[in-house]
Amino acid sequence: MTPNLVYVVVIGVLFAAGVSMLLERSLTRVLMGMILLGNGVNLLILLGSRAGAPPIVGGAPQAEMADPLPQIMILTAIVITLGMTAFLLALAYRSWAMSGHDEVQDDMEDRRIMLLAERDEGSGTDDTEEQS
Amino acid sequence: MTWLVPLPVTIPLLGAALTLMLAGRPRAQRTISLTALTATLLVSAALLALTTTGGPLVVAVGGWAAPLGIVLVADELAALMLVVSAAVTVCVLIYSIGQGMADGHEETPLSVYHPTYLVLTAGVTNAFLAGDLFNLFVGFEILLVASYVLLTLGGTENRIRAGATYVVVSLLSSVIFLTAIGLIYAATGTLNMAQLAGRLDTLPDHLKLVLQGMLLLAFGIKAAVFPLSSWLPDSYPTAPAPVTAVFAGLLTKVGVYAIIRTETLLFPGGRATVVLLVAALLTMLVGILGAVAQSDIKRLLSFTLVSHIGYLLFGVGLTSRLGMSSAIFYVVHHITVQTTLFLAAGLIEKRGGSTALDRLGGLARLNPVLAIAFLIPALNLAGIPPFSGFIGKLGLIEAGVADGGPLAWLLVVGSVLTSLLTLYAIARVWNLAFWRAPHPSMPAPDAGRCPPMMVVPTLALVTLGVALTVVAGPLFEVGDQAAGDLRDRAGYAQAVLGEETP
Repeated sequence: MTPNLVYVVVIGVLFAAGVSMLLERSLTRVLMGMILLGNGVNLLILLGSRAGAPPIVGGAPQAEMADPLPQIMILTAIVITLGMTAFLLALAYRSWAMSGHDEVQDDMEDRRIMLLAERDEGSGTDDTEEQS
Repeated sequence: MTWLVPLPVTIPLLGAALTLMLAGRPRAQRTISLTALTATLLVSAALLALTTTGGPLVVAVGGWAAPLGIVLVADELAALMLVVSAAVTVCVLIYSIGQGMADGHEETPLSVYHPTYLVLTAGVTNAFLAGDLFNLFVGFEILLVASYVLLTLGGTENRIRAGATYVVVSLLSSVIFLTAIGLIYAATGTLNMAQLAGRLDTLPDHLKLVLQGMLLLAFGIKAAVFPLSSWLPDSYPTAPAPVTAVFAGLLTKVGVYAIIRTETLLFPGGRATVVLLVAALLTMLVGILGAVAQSDIKRLLSFTLVSHIGYLLFGVGLTSRLGMSSAIFYVVHHITVQTTLFLAAGLIEKRGGSTALDRLGGLARLNPVLAIAFLIPALNLAGIPPFSGFIGKLGLIEAGVADGGPLAWLLVVGSVLTSLLTLYAIARVWNLAFWRAPHPSMPAPDAGRCPPMMVVPTLALVTLGVALTVVAGPLFEVGDQAAGDLRDRAGYAQAVLGEETP
């Protein structure tokens, strides 16, 4: 299909919203971001395919048929995203049950080694702080 | 003999289904998963023998011919990777059975362990055999989903914390991969890798660079290449020892394998090789400097794992035949050695009660077998002469010197430096954990006894690592032949698509 502006803008907004949600601390928001990103990708795959009549033999001449392959890929991607959403939800719930909140925490070991490095006690001063 | 090709994927999946049905019966589960993985190993060995003599084997799944249906392609590289990964998974499985029996908790969490482990194996083998970009994606998803479950096994607070980071980062890389697949399909109208090889060449350069960049970004996250590697040392060490071992051995290497395919079959040459070489250098140095700073054995090993991914990228980035064959040899060496080291770390945890270096000591006297099981693969990793690590590094350095460019020379220097720093890092572990007087908080000899079911597979992998030196000649030849095949894109296309090559 020729890319139309509405699709392109919608995909852009979905990706932008997804990425900004992904950068949050709370796992629930990260999950929302993941879902938005997944939908953005699905639309992007659809955008790259040919639109047309249903791809059923005898229904329409072959040249007018839609390309079924991207739709199959999107279906597979939706199934995978669904499973992942369920898993992330379970993870967020478990995190809430264990610690009372669902925020992604810093790694304790990282902090300890950074402290050692600041006091110049560790045997090296490499950066490992960019974990979220 | 093409009927052998789908078996490495279907046998573990079938085993996973059976072990899931027998959830409450650990003995039956153990028998089935052990049988399934041994069968996978035998089939992979047969595939390697067949592909070295008769060229790539191709199966069109469900009888749908190549460009329409999904193909599984077993060429020499895929077969070699299958053999090594199957050997490693069998050893780790035996080890984990031994650990499960020793720790005495055979109930709830372990009933999902066997099915998930087998699904993980199926995902890895599927990724190796995939001849279609979307099937590669599915293979990645299978192994990732299984790895999420294995990493958060038991659901303790620590594992949930580490698991959250790991899952989100992996999901992000999957999204990038899927986006790249969507764009590639929009640009070329196919996802069959053999067909893509022809069609991508006709695209304009800048578009090719964007597509290649997206694929490399996605695979770079999975392979833990430097700016994208910080998730790995954060998440791997919290998992149970056998899980960490199999992750360290296989998962990042699947990413490297995908990078090799991207760089040889889909986008050979091009400007991205410079980026790869720079990333290789930074991965090596930053990774090993991170390892030097650590005070926990598992985390230290995770950093060396990241660091040595740099060597693999070095070989791939050189794009010469010697570079590629050395990288292939190095992958085999690295899978074996890194898995062995993590298994040895599990034994240290069992005997010493901890993997923190300041709470260990005197292990060499307390358990000499354990000391050998750690020292030999550690020296092997650092690249001390008789071992395979030395041979692999020598090959890479030779390839770098043969290339002769300033960047290649920089990498040669960097790899020697990394090798020395690796030696320093493992010497620190040796000094602190194996020498000194035993730490008072370490468990008594009977409490910390290592069961033979854990020691034997570790020693088996140590032997395999040493044996790589003995068979280095033939193995390098296989690697060289595989590298030759990788560079021969027309041959791959011919094998997959039959006579009507594009």
